[in-house]
Amino acid sequence: MRRILIWLPLLLFAAFIGLFASGLFQPDDRIIQSRLVGQPLPDFDLPAAASDQPGLGSRDMAGGKPRLLNIFASWCVPCAVEAPQLMALKRAGVAIDAIAIRDARSDVDAFLARNGNPYQRIGLDARSAVQIALGSSGVPESFIIDGRGRIAYQHIGDIRADDVPTILARLEDAR
Amino acid sequence: MKMLIAMSLALAAAPAVAQTALPPAPWADRQIPDADQERAAKALMETIRCLTCQSQSIADSNASMAADMRSQIRERIMAGEKPEAIRAWLVSRYGDWVSYAPTADPILWPLWAAPLILLALGLFLMRGRIGRRRP
Repeated sequence: MRRILIWLPLLLFAAFIGLFASGLFQPDDRIIQSRLVGQPLPDFDLPAAASDQPGLGSRDMAGGKPRLLNIFASWCVPCAVEAPQLMALKRAGVAIDAIAIRDARSDVDAFLARNGNPYQRIGLDARSAVQIALGSSGVPESFIIDGRGRIAYQHIGDIRADDVPTILARLEDAR
Repeated sequence: MKMLIAMSLALAAAPAVAQTALPPAPWADRQIPDADQERAAKALMETIRCLTCQSQSIADSNASMAADMRSQIRERIMAGEKPEAIRAWLVSRYGDWVSYAPTADPILWPLWAAPLILLALGLFLMRGRIGRRRP
């Protein structure tokens, strides 16, 4: 018994080395999913972020059909990268609304002129208040809101070309 | 060498580019006039994790989202909200991840019990040694 026990500390040491090594080589997962997926969209009412489009309130998102809510900002580089994918979704008939985070109207206008405008309504969230209420941790992010105003799906990061079929399928599921 | 310096400077500048040009939110870096309220707000901010710089608290982070969270926390404390209610509200959005304050959830029971278990193990090992030395 004693002869076996004497190896226990070495075994524990090896187990710890293994634990630390696996922690070192495992890719770092920094994605923080919102806990509000599956729950109703929080109440908000935001002023217009672009000069020729209306602002956005949570009531606008409960019109009976699923909508895509895109969280973006004119100062955010990946948001410009995902713009062509949003335009493709718009061409596929998806209703897209947006919230512009910590933005200014003139900057949003310039961003839309440069990258195209896939949005129906854009709300201005100057203090990230609605972003925090949504459990969103950065830009860009996109939420699918079903027709009853419930958050059905969250996509974190820019929408790449190969994410478009998933988004379309999730929109179909939310119908 | 010059190229290397230029490249490292470009790296250092990247986080600034990724943030907004708007001025910080009104209460992001301004203390609440009431000292007790400011103390409560500060204590909460030190235990709320920044979503942008994930190993910093929002009290330590310069990220614009952390500044907005600080401002929101100060405004809600001034409106009379309790710090733990604000923490619970944030946890309901971001999960336990967002709070640095440890909880007593069942999943953490082994962690809380670890000191007792290790102390018991130490006493058990010592008992054998002390016993042997006695005449």
